[in-house]
Amino acid sequence: MLRLERRAQPSRAMRVLAPLIAALLMFVTGFVIFTVLGKAPLAAFEVFFVKPLSSMYGLGELLVKTAPLLLCALGLAIGFRANVWNIGAEGQLVVGALAGSGVALAWGETESHWVLPAMLLAGALGGMAWAAIPAFLRTRFRTSEILTSLMLVYVAQLLLSYFVHGPWRDPEGFNFPQSRMFNDWELLPLLVEGTRVNLGIVFALAVAALSWFFTEKTYAGYRLQVAGLAPAAAGYAGFSEKRNVWLALLIGGACAGLAGIGEVAGPIGQLQPSVSPGYGFAAIIVAFVGRLHALGIVLASLLMSLLYLGGEQAQIDLALPSAITGLFQGLLLFYLLAMDAFVTWRIRRVRRA
Amino acid sequence: MSTPRLALHGISKRYPGVVANDGVSLVVQPGEIHALLGENGAGKSTLMKIVYGVTRPDEGRIEWEGREQRIDSPARARALGIGMVFQHFSLFETLSVAENIALAMDGADSPAALAPRIREVSERYGLPVDPDRLVHSMSVGERQRVEIVRCLLQAPRLLIMDEPTSVLTPQAVQQLFVTLRRLAAEGISILYISHKLDEIRALCDVATVLRGGRVGGRALPREESNDSLAQMMIGRELAPCRLTPREAGPVELELTQLSLPSADPFGTALQGIDLRVRGGQIVGIAGVSGNGQQELLAALSGESRVAERGMVRLGGQPVGDLDPAQRRRRGFGFVPEERLGRGAVPSLSLALNALLTGAGKGLVRRGLVRPAAARAFARTIIERFGVKCRDERSVADSLSGGNLQKFIVGREILLAPTVLVVAQPTWGVDVGAAQLIRQALIDLRDQGAAVLVISEELDELFEVSDRLGVLAGGRLSPLCDPATTSVAEIGRWMAGDFGTAHTEASHAAA
Amino acid sequence: MSPELLIAMLASTAAAATPLVFAAMGELVTERAGVLNLGVEGMMLVGAIAGFAVGLHSGSLLLGYLAAAGAGMAMALIFAVLTLQLQTNQVATGLALTLFGVGLSAFIGKAYTGQPIAAVPHLSLPLLSDLPLLGPLLFRFDVLVYASFALFFAVQWFLTRTRGGLLLRAVGESPAVAHAIGHPVQRVRYAAVLFGGACSGIAGAYLSTALTPMWVEGLSAGRGWIALALVVFATWKPLRVLAGAYLFGGVTVLQLYAQGFGLHIPSEFLSMLPYLATIVVLVLICRDGRTILLNQPASLGKSFHPDA
Repeated sequence: MLRLERRAQPSRAMRVLAPLIAALLMFVTGFVIFTVLGKAPLAAFEVFFVKPLSSMYGLGELLVKTAPLLLCALGLAIGFRANVWNIGAEGQLVVGALAGSGVALAWGETESHWVLPAMLLAGALGGMAWAAIPAFLRTRFRTSEILTSLMLVYVAQLLLSYFVHGPWRDPEGFNFPQSRMFNDWELLPLLVEGTRVNLGIVFALAVAALSWFFTEKTYAGYRLQVAGLAPAAAGYAGFSEKRNVWLALLIGGACAGLAGIGEVAGPIGQLQPSVSPGYGFAAIIVAFVGRLHALGIVLASLLMSLLYLGGEQAQIDLALPSAITGLFQGLLLFYLLAMDAFVTWRIRRVRRA
Repeated sequence: MSTPRLALHGISKRYPGVVANDGVSLVVQPGEIHALLGENGAGKSTLMKIVYGVTRPDEGRIEWEGREQRIDSPARARALGIGMVFQHFSLFETLSVAENIALAMDGADSPAALAPRIREVSERYGLPVDPDRLVHSMSVGERQRVEIVRCLLQAPRLLIMDEPTSVLTPQAVQQLFVTLRRLAAEGISILYISHKLDEIRALCDVATVLRGGRVGGRALPREESNDSLAQMMIGRELAPCRLTPREAGPVELELTQLSLPSADPFGTALQGIDLRVRGGQIVGIAGVSGNGQQELLAALSGESRVAERGMVRLGGQPVGDLDPAQRRRRGFGFVPEERLGRGAVPSLSLALNALLTGAGKGLVRRGLVRPAAARAFARTIIERFGVKCRDERSVADSLSGGNLQKFIVGREILLAPTVLVVAQPTWGVDVGAAQLIRQALIDLRDQGAAVLVISEELDELFEVSDRLGVLAGGRLSPLCDPATTSVAEIGRWMAGDFGTAHTEASHAAA
Repeated sequence: MSPELLIAMLASTAAAATPLVFAAMGELVTERAGVLNLGVEGMMLVGAIAGFAVGLHSGSLLLGYLAAAGAGMAMALIFAVLTLQLQTNQVATGLALTLFGVGLSAFIGKAYTGQPIAAVPHLSLPLLSDLPLLGPLLFRFDVLVYASFALFFAVQWFLTRTRGGLLLRAVGESPAVAHAIGHPVQRVRYAAVLFGGACSGIAGAYLSTALTPMWVEGLSAGRGWIALALVVFATWKPLRVLAGAYLFGGVTVLQLYAQGFGLHIPSEFLSMLPYLATIVVLVLICRDGRTILLNQPASLGKSFHPDA
């Protein structure tokens, strides 16, 4: 008979290995799924995981999708470490996109170096403002930030829909629900010719470095960590819960908002009814798979970005629904959670006494 | 002699890194009150969980009334006739007495159908219990009665009592003993688990002493002295700490008409508490937990804010509106009751746990953590207080209860507080560590700090306190001089009766 | 307002409330056992597509609903194995279940997008359904509306009148104590989680076979989350879940009829109402912390392992 048994010490090896084993299991399951769907598994595998990376353009796309995932996940991870469950990054992203676009649309067509920085700032502030609502409700009324931040995702999406159908619709856009195209000076500059890679990925990596410094080196980062690991100890030490909740949500909101304006001022180039294929939700998985650690999150966001590209490629080459991406994402997180259990537990064979 | 009711042969149980029981054998006769004696961590509770079928042994045999049995569940144990009263009560707070009892009965009786039987048993044994009351509204003593009635309803032939008196007032202990003797006279065997030597000598016929998971000796407690039993229990004599009289300094900690509603819906509100603790003085607060201890501690530490800032003063300054970190900066130190999860973060290293309250000791500069300083501070604590661990990188929950408590007490003492509040300083701690901790508190007092100790262990409070009070029902008794006060009087106060307390010294001396 | 309009509004309210009753009642039972499953939305979606697909292929809605309940339970089983056996964090695992369910249902559902299906029939009793006023008011809903009331009575009866319900509540308060006196905590929790899964699956199938009736990607539109909020709003009491679900149903229906009442508000803002209402009721109920503390199952969301 097999029984779970607590390890005397958490296994360091498993901590590092768990995400790798989880990714491996996801690949294996993918193999099985392709086979069951009657696709030659090796060929399907190549389409999904190799082909997207075989061109310069493809590599560029990988980074284009990595940027928003990385930004959102970094912000969320800081909250998750503190047991602040902001799951509304998608909504904060949308509001960031709205706020930033609002600046561009209000500015008008006059060229200026100041528009883009102002848009980015507005995007971050917009995301923060949206995240401030659950922060306020939790600190003031003890309302679960899980439910409120999630509800606000739907509200944000409807708000976006209202603006692109209504006040911000491009009058010369043949009645399509979208804003005018942004001008060059309103877009993030491209980094590599022939790709869509823009400054966004640089921002995201810079934020990753900052977040590493924050969590590993600062006292504020330590306080958030204690609040997550042992809330009573944080109370005993005098780390204000309210301050932690505000900090975690505002950082998360700013990152997601930045990701949002990065999308509309980047690959999309205008405001549309949908500005994200669920980056804000996928970022939850990225944060966990990346072990809530900056470097891990960088790697996990690359993997997640590849899953998006693979899904698109599979739709084109294999006639599989691109929703298969979501399937893989969910599997990855399940496997990770299961593997995580073996950091603190191990399986032991026991004789029945 | 007749067939033994229960005989254990060579019981062993190992957990990762710990051998809880190592070849333990034990025989209980019908109608015998049998003490299982041992200090914290000696393996008493594990052994009893094995007998009650909660835990399964790795090796060994259990004989019940002459026949070998495999007890693989509490239901099986109950079917055989074994009942158990747990140390931390196994009652559901939000359910009624009858519902609680119904859940532990293996028949399909509904709570309503059980009510008359509950009344009958409770009257027969003088254990008044109302079947319809919700458990959360009951005192600890009442809850224990529910547990005992619950066992008796199943007509047990062996009753296991796990540290039953740790939560009772001295008077309630005497009442419990009357009940237990009566049960024994009816032929019920009682396995009485305790580390309190006086009680065992007063109550038990036979004692088996556990030490480090093994049987360390067997004795007839009525023929032994406390010292000889202690010798068996810890392998050496008990040497109590000495408190040398000393002139008290100025008032360092002052509570004035402190009232506070409880944050816990089932908690106890504090009512008009007045208290002064002077430098160079240890004030002990006795009382059964649940009488406002949590609330008082939270008000002292700053985890609960009080209505008026003047209700709590440190060194004469009002601090009622300050949070725990701010109070710490004013020289306040605090050792909470809950070690893992409050006093220390279980999964963090000792170095990072030193940082938990040690930020003011130069471990943080300009918002950045100084890891080398944190490690050095942790090493100092480990050396000065003899904390047994691999090194400062060990995680907190890899330490034994006693060593972790030494670490936490050491951390707070090394932060050089002018006021130190300690809750249950030696709860669940082995004798050696307990003595070291008490001595450390006395040393701190001798250096002029004001120390407040809140504990359920009366013996301990009598040993270390300059002045002693009781918290009961959210009210604080006057303080008395332990040298001239009897345990019986403290016991009366613990029941909430301070009407006749000689208010002598409390205000004059404080 | 004409009686016809009122009756029509009542019918839409019941239709909007029924999936919430199922999902929230299931989650209530799960939470009363001390397990917080945030995967309701995912289980609903998988139930929705399973019910739709099986109903379409077999031509039997009954089979469809059985499949939906089974699919919900299968999802819940993943959650149960992870959280109960492997002790994973319940919040994280519930989120994972929702994300997985969103992906899985979208993947399977691609082939079914836009296909029509026969909706769940409405009750038609000779005489009774034709009674003036009372007929449409009481006897003309679809079968699942009545089933949701039956579910409410069953859960209420189970929790307050049976030994099993007593045990479930006890486990939810303190699994450690329940274990110490010899009750099978894990089995109780498994059962509660699976029951929750079955209810969520049925709730999902109701969306795809009765409310819309068709499959649209992500058609639950946050109803799983609203159901979770309802359980908190109801302070873990079945009657209040039922009332809350109808309150929400009413809010949802209000947006449909608002234009008719001459309110010229952009439709997006009306569509926000259920989500905003969720936030508002959560704030109202959480404002006094004691309400939650007194009613919330004490072990909610905390892992328990008998061998630890």
